[in-house]
Amino acid sequence: MVIKVIKPGLSTTVQDLGRPGYYHIGIPISGGMDRFALCAANWLAGNKEDAAVLEATFLGPELEFTSDATVAVTGAELPPKLDGQPRETWTSFKVKKGQTLAFDFLKAGARAYVAISGGVDVPVVLGSRSTYALGALGGHQGRKLTAGDELRLGSGGEIAEGRTVPARLRRAPGSPTELRMMPGLYWHRITELAGRYFFEDTWKVAPEADRIGYRFRGGRPLDFVPREPPFGAGSDPSNIVDACYPYGSVQVPGGTEPIMLHRDAVSGGGYFMIGTIISADMDLVGQLQPNATARFMPATMEEALAARHGRQRLLNEIRESL
Amino acid sequence: MNSRYSFGGDEHIFVECDEAMSLEAFFKSLSITKAVRTAQIRGVTEICPANASFQIKYDPDIIKPDDLLRELKSIEAAASGGHSSLKTRIIEVPVLYNDPWTHETLMRFRDRHQAPDMTDVEYTAKINNLDGVDGFVKAHSGAPWFVSMVGFVAGLPFLYQMVERRRQIQSPKYLRPRTDTPKLTVGHGGCFGAIYSVRGAGGYQMFGITPMPIYDPNQEIKYLRDFMCLFNPGDIVKWRPIDRAEYDQTVADVEAGKFAPRINNVIFSLDEFHGDIDGTNAKLTGALYGH
Repeated sequence: MVIKVIKPGLSTTVQDLGRPGYYHIGIPISGGMDRFALCAANWLAGNKEDAAVLEATFLGPELEFTSDATVAVTGAELPPKLDGQPRETWTSFKVKKGQTLAFDFLKAGARAYVAISGGVDVPVVLGSRSTYALGALGGHQGRKLTAGDELRLGSGGEIAEGRTVPARLRRAPGSPTELRMMPGLYWHRITELAGRYFFEDTWKVAPEADRIGYRFRGGRPLDFVPREPPFGAGSDPSNIVDACYPYGSVQVPGGTEPIMLHRDAVSGGGYFMIGTIISADMDLVGQLQPNATARFMPATMEEALAARHGRQRLLNEIRESL
Repeated sequence: MNSRYSFGGDEHIFVECDEAMSLEAFFKSLSITKAVRTAQIRGVTEICPANASFQIKYDPDIIKPDDLLRELKSIEAAASGGHSSLKTRIIEVPVLYNDPWTHETLMRFRDRHQAPDMTDVEYTAKINNLDGVDGFVKAHSGAPWFVSMVGFVAGLPFLYQMVERRRQIQSPKYLRPRTDTPKLTVGHGGCFGAIYSVRGAGGYQMFGITPMPIYDPNQEIKYLRDFMCLFNPGDIVKWRPIDRAEYDQTVADVEAGKFAPRINNVIFSLDEFHGDIDGTNAKLTGALYGH
C-alpha cells in the first residue's frame, strides 16, 4: 500500500481540504488551491471529499504503484499516462500493482489533483494532512515531494473505472479570467479614479505566483488619497499598522502590483488591501498560469453568496452523478 | 476610538479598532476577540487578533454575514468600558545582539539598506538618538514588550515596546526586502519588534538572534511538545542580553532537552501601566525573576 515517487514533478504536495483554526498564530489553512477539482477527484476515486490527494503544479510527477488502486486526475489538463498509455482526466481509471503513472505536458490550467483510492495517508497534523511548506508542517515531511519518497495509502474500496465528470460540470478559468472582488478593507485609501482603473485594466499573472499568493502586473498604478501616516504604520502611502490578511485579499504594495493571497497566505502584514476575491473564485485563481490575463470585477455580498451557492450546487450535481 | 467594520469577501469580517498603533487599540482588539471566543458563535472558524485590528473568519452557509456583523458590534459595545486588565504570561527571551549570523546576512544585503556603511544596530541607534550599540541594547532590552500579534508566518510574534511613545524605538524596513533572514533573528520594523520563527525573506532591521526556538512543527523540543508555537497574542516578552558563551550553552541545552524558557504568570493592568510605566514594568520583570 505504498506509492514510490520516481520523479517529483515541479512542485507536488500532499493536500486535503485544509487546516482551519490556527490562522491567529500564523498557520494558514493550506489545502488544495482548487478545492472544487480536489473534491471531484476524490469522489471519482471513491474517497470522501476531504481525503488527501497530490496537488501537482505545472509538471506532473512519476509514480510507481506497489498495489492496485483507482486513480482520478482533475483540475488542470495534465494528461495522465499509465505505463505510457494515455488516460482521461476527470475520469477514474484502474492502476495495477507495478504500473507507473506519469503525465504528459500541461495543456491548460496550473494544478492537477491526483486522487488515489484510500487517500494519501501521511500523518494528520493539527487536524489535516495538508502541506504547509513555508512552516515545514504537515504533508510528507513538511515539504514538496522529492524523488525516492514513499507515500503510504489508506485502504480504499473497489471502485469501477470509467466514472467521469461530464464536461458541463467541470470548472476552468476563461481568458481573460474574470475574478470577482468585493471592494473593502482599505479601499478608501485610493482615489475614485484609481478604483475605476483597477477594475477597467487587464492584468497579467506575474512569475511570482504560488500557494502563498498570486502577483499581477500590467494595470495602471493606484493613486492614493493623501494622509498623515498613523503611528506605527510606516511612511509609504500603502503601509498600514500590521493587520490580518483575509484569504483572497488583494494588497497593492506601493500601489503598483496587486498580490492576492491564497491558501498558504501569510496571515498578516503592513500593506493595505483594496478588497477580497470572493470564495467561489479562489479555485479559479489556483488554475492560472504565469502570463494568464485576468480582469477584476466588482462584486457585492449578494453576488458573492449567489456564486458560492452556485459552486456548491455544481459540486452536489457531480456527487449525485457519480 | 471608533471601530471600522469591513467584509473581507464573503468569509471574513475585518475590524480596525484604530488606524494608529497604541496599547489601547491593542487591548480593544484583544478584549473583543476574547469575548468572541467565549461567545462560541456557530459558524465562526478563525478569530485573529492583530496589533490594532482583528479579523473573524466564518462560514456564510452557517451564519449570515449581516447577522455576524450585528453580533460583533454588540459584543464590541458590551466590551467597551470594561476594565483593561489581562491575565497573561511574561517570557524571557535571551538575545545575542550583534551576532555573527545576522551580521553575515546583513552584510550580504547592504545594497538594500538605508545606511550601507553601518550595521542595522548602529543605524537604528543613530536615528533614535541612542548612545551607540551599548545605548541601543540598553534601550531595547530595558523594558518589556507586548506580543501584539502572532502571524505573518507560523508562530512569529510582533512585539510592541512598553514605554512612552517618545521612547519607543522606531526604524524603517529595508529599502527592498531581503531574500534571506536567519531563523530566530530578532528584528524591528516601524515601531514593531519581531522574532523570525523560520528562515526566509524579510524586511525588518536585524539586531541579534535568540538561541531559544519558538516554533517546532515536529514538536520534539520539550517545551513545544504541547503546542508547536510558543507565543500567543497578549504574552509579554523581556529580552535579556547574553554573550556568545551563553548562546552556545543554550543551543546545546535545547538540543539536549535540558532548556526550559523562563516564564511566569502575571496580571497586567492598562490603567496601572499608564499611571506608572517604569513601576509597572519593574513589577512585571520582578514577577519573572521571582522577586
